[in-house]
Amino acid sequence: MTDFLQLLIVGISQGCIYGLIALGFVLIYKATEMVNFAQGEMMVVGSFIAWTFVVGMGFNFWVGLSAAMVVMAVFGFLLDAAVVRRIIGQPQFSVVILTIGIGIILRAGSGMVWGNQPLTMPTPFPGNSEFFGAVVGNERLAIIGTTVLLIGGLVLFFRCSRWGVALMASSQNQLAALYSGIPVRFVFSAVWAGAAVISTIAGTMLAPITLIEPLNSFLGIKAFAAAVIGGFHSITGAIAGGVLIGVVEAFAGAYLPGARETIGYIIMFAVLIAWPGGLFGRAHRKKV
Amino acid sequence: MSREAVLSIKSIETFYGPVMAVRGVSLEVRAGEIVAILGGNGAGKTTILKTVSGALEPRKGSVTFEGRDITGRYPDSIARAGMGHVPEGRELFPLLSVRENLEMGAFSRRDRGEISASMDLVYSYFPDLKPKTKVQAAYLSGGQQQMLAIGRSLMMKPRLMLLDEPSLGLSPLLVSEIFDILDRLNKEQGTAILLVEQNAHMALKVASCGCVMEAGRVVFEGDREKLLGSADIREFYLGRKSEGARGKRRWKQRKTWR
Ligand SMILES: Nc1ncnc2c1ncn2[C@@H]1O[C@H](COP(=O)(O)OP(=O)(O)OP(=O)(O)O)[C@@H](O)[C@H]1O
Ligand SMILES: [Mg+2]
Repeated sequence: MTDFLQLLIVGISQGCIYGLIALGFVLIYKATEMVNFAQGEMMVVGSFIAWTFVVGMGFNFWVGLSAAMVVMAVFGFLLDAAVVRRIIGQPQFSVVILTIGIGIILRAGSGMVWGNQPLTMPTPFPGNSEFFGAVVGNERLAIIGTTVLLIGGLVLFFRCSRWGVALMASSQNQLAALYSGIPVRFVFSAVWAGAAVISTIAGTMLAPITLIEPLNSFLGIKAFAAAVIGGFHSITGAIAGGVLIGVVEAFAGAYLPGARETIGYIIMFAVLIAWPGGLFGRAHRKKV
Repeated sequence: MSREAVLSIKSIETFYGPVMAVRGVSLEVRAGEIVAILGGNGAGKTTILKTVSGALEPRKGSVTFEGRDITGRYPDSIARAGMGHVPEGRELFPLLSVRENLEMGAFSRRDRGEISASMDLVYSYFPDLKPKTKVQAAYLSGGQQQMLAIGRSLMMKPRLMLLDEPSLGLSPLLVSEIFDILDRLNKEQGTAILLVEQNAHMALKVASCGCVMEAGRVVFEGDREKLLGSADIREFYLGRKSEGARGKRRWKQRKTWR
């Protein structure tokens, strides 16, 4: 029982990371109909930058994380405004190649700047907590808490803020949004900035647990699977897909060690066969 | 009648790739005036409106709005300058509520009091929308959608409104209701209107002047009396038309409208 609870909490926290990166995929896809295959790499670069602020320059963890979020917001914004936007109107295929290319550049670039040796990051949440006998690292709990806060904030943003509604409007009908005076190009670049910021948060919260290295970008592939499971449409879908993969992985790691790394994709295929639109793909009121 | 021009289009040519859809059209809309563009399918009417509102860029010619050259500017910046465009086929935000659609129309305005006054104004013009405030736009009837599209555009307090076939797919009763409202809008708010219509009969009830387009060119223009008096127009545009092909177009699927 305590094993079960422990695996569950670890799985959920890992799944929250997948879910947050998946959220980046979904936000960009919903807004611009592009799949950003560099999402995992953006997470890695974000966590490297946070490392530079925290370990390299000695800032407090939260100051370092905030600074990295700002840097990555600017990076995400400019990436769209200066590079990705140029490809609008080209076949979907070119978009895929472009973002995969950006991913490769980011991975190679971060290896050149920060090296390929794993770097350690201190955690602002040392120690463990105990629930009904299950002992879980506080940094794991912090990931879950951060995810809940972020989701709450995003939902409020989409429900209540002018810019949140404008973002949904732009994704539902771009031309009508332009005719309404919404600066759609700015909104789309801001979505890229937001996706970069969310992945930076995910990567930096995870860093104390897994170390930071360019190879971490493979998490992006699992997050992609999470987004597909969730139907590529909604915040809830992305997080639920991520948590599902995270939890199943945690249990597979304990009881079926050989399947740990592949089980996420197996779930993805199973879901796609049973529900081609993903678990949350259908009949949703507001999609984003 | 020599009021200053709100909109002046000077010999624009607009292409879709190699296809020339507008072949040198000049046109003027003066303050407080309703101008109609008539013409059959594929004449280039929609293309002209899209060129004016910035969705398409003309290869030649210029568009001037309130004395400023807006040729080649982006549609969102032209909208913020005070030009509303109610496009062909309504183009609402299908998953947003009626209220949110209207709020998005007022995106560029900041004063909350004034925005809510505009919202009241829209509901007073279109009382049918009032009970639907919280309903998603996709679930409105065609007529209500057209009202919402016009209402959304009104929310930005435009000084010029472009309307692309507001009568499309509506019952005759609703068509005359919509045209009454356009007339009131024009008189009460002083909004100048550039109206594209195939329903020449209705259009010429409200418009003070207009032109007829064919194959990308203006082939006839003049004030209402001249247009109504022309034998050609009576024969081709005021006679009863078959509704078959046009009825079908209304159902053209948009991928966001599931
Ligand atoms: N996206 C497009 N790509 C290529 N050609 C187009 C496109 N849109 C319109 N055209 C062509 O441009 C010409 C003018 O089209 P336009 O839509 O302006 O006509 P219209 O007068 O609005 O007709 P309708 O009354 O049927 O709406 C037509 O010959 C049409 O085939
Ligand atoms: Mg048309």
